[in-house]
Amino acid sequence: MILTEQIRERIRAEFPKYPDKRAVVLPALHIVHDELRSVPHAAIEEIAGLLEIHPAEIHDTMSFYQFFREEDRPLGKRRVWVCRSLSCALRGGEELLESLSHKWRVAPGGTTDDGRVSLEYAECLGACEGAPCVLVNDECHMNVSAEDVEQIVGE
Amino acid sequence: MPDFEPVLLARVNKPDSTSLESYRADGGYAALKKALGMAPADVVAAVKDSVLRGRGGAGFPAGLKWTFLPKDHSGPIYLCVNADESEPGTFNNRILMEEDPHQLIEGIAIACHAIRSNTAYIYLRYEYGRSYRVLEAAIKECYAAGLLGKNILGAGFNLDVYLHRGAAAYICGEETGLIESLEGKRAWPRIKPPFPAIEGLFRKPTIVNNVETLCCVTHIINRGAAWFKSIGVPPDPANPRDLGSFGPKLYCISGHVNKPGCVELPLGVTARQLIEEHGGGVWKGRRAKAVVPGGISMGFLTADELDTPLDFNGPLKAGCLGLGTAAVVVVDDQTSMVDVLYNCCRFMSHESCGQCTPCREGTKWMTRILERIRAGHGKLEDLDTLLEVAGSMGIIPGTTICGLSDGAAWPVKNAINKFRAEFEDYITTGRRAVTPAQELMAAAH
Repeated sequence: MILTEQIRERIRAEFPKYPDKRAVVLPALHIVHDELRSVPHAAIEEIAGLLEIHPAEIHDTMSFYQFFREEDRPLGKRRVWVCRSLSCALRGGEELLESLSHKWRVAPGGTTDDGRVSLEYAECLGACEGAPCVLVNDECHMNVSAEDVEQIVGE
Repeated sequence: MPDFEPVLLARVNKPDSTSLESYRADGGYAALKKALGMAPADVVAAVKDSVLRGRGGAGFPAGLKWTFLPKDHSGPIYLCVNADESEPGTFNNRILMEEDPHQLIEGIAIACHAIRSNTAYIYLRYEYGRSYRVLEAAIKECYAAGLLGKNILGAGFNLDVYLHRGAAAYICGEETGLIESLEGKRAWPRIKPPFPAIEGLFRKPTIVNNVETLCCVTHIINRGAAWFKSIGVPPDPANPRDLGSFGPKLYCISGHVNKPGCVELPLGVTARQLIEEHGGGVWKGRRAKAVVPGGISMGFLTADELDTPLDFNGPLKAGCLGLGTAAVVVVDDQTSMVDVLYNCCRFMSHESCGQCTPCREGTKWMTRILERIRAGHGKLEDLDTLLEVAGSMGIIPGTTICGLSDGAAWPVKNAINKFRAEFEDYITTGRRAVTPAQELMAAAH
């Protein structure tokens, strides 16, 4: 078993919120993804067992979002998303991404060799008044330079 | 314009604006108490009378939407709160949730009483982690204070509110895509009819309302429909289909301005007023070349169209798709429209859900053509090809299930029709604009 009892308990705690267990697919994927830094196929099968649906249904949903990593490409300790949509691009968002990519020697979508950080580009993060902005895990930071992001990630 | 006293943003920047105690000190939850003393049908009627139009982009009258629910349905009926705000340039709902969560929860509770729902799901985009934590704390406070749960305020009304996090997909803001996603499936929009009011979440009658829309509901109950209709713009007599643009609206201003931010104003302020009076003017002493009126999917206004009133009617008259989310993005005169349009097309191509072929392929090909133009290999006939593709995708030509495609087509149509000379010049002079960052991202696909 790849899912700990604690993870299973957190998934089961979502059940009473919905009339259909299938609605717990996204909450369960988030719980597993946060803990394991990817959603291995074995985890998909175990989630399917808990939700009483076919593993293919979970995989279908999961693959749609391009948000969840499969086991061959796990996330680093922190995930840094750099916004590339219009408001940020007009104020240096793409240059920020390029700069971080060089600093960390990692292409967008990749993870540094030491597993410290995964770098991604993002579509509009909804913080356009603070362009360019980045999301570190799920916390947004506005008006940042590459140095600022390094410092945030280093903390 | 006389100074407008903010209503929706009145509590923003107050210390402790997120706590129940401070919300109640400012008169919070009085509207809920009042609504629970009214018959649900009377609450619906009040919102209908106010002609509150949905703030999420489509502008459909909220009260009218509520009347589409089947009468005397045995339940359950669901409310889905659309907090998947993802339209580029748009961040007003984030501010409402982060700064004043109880204003939203009160609106949700009033709406649920009106539509006879006992369960509401807030579908929140994953990226809004701070909103998630603020709302989670606020919901907890409400349960502890008897404002959510069983027998709310002793009025015999039960309501549970749950937070449901998305996973970074723009399409989940489309109401039936949202429903599918909430059900645990890929967020493929549904063919309508049936509309969600008849068959929505878990195949039950469902209302999907935007965050700002629900925040307006609280104030309509507090102050009355007549108050709401005293703000904004009456229907345009020249347009029999215009219902008017009433009430306050949050306008987001971003891009090349000195003071990006979110301001609350009566509907109908012009793009120029927003930029000059509220956005601190165009940055670096430059001039605006193009302005997005309401998120990128609405298209572009030119420098000559800046006196367009940003109400539900104005942008249409200027050839834009609509008011959208009222998110204004300013592009200065030193920026290439080819680059701007490429950015818009790349977004839509990334976010097309892939269900309908004209959208999946159309967004991809438009992006590829613009890539080719930016690589210095464009041909003049590419511009007509772009217009042809744009003209063949969407609800308007009748080839797709949802409106994402119309929103993908519109910036293309506006950019090429309104800035054609610039595109032609770009192609004929063999300009190139591929940046290292874009090559990196292209390699990452």
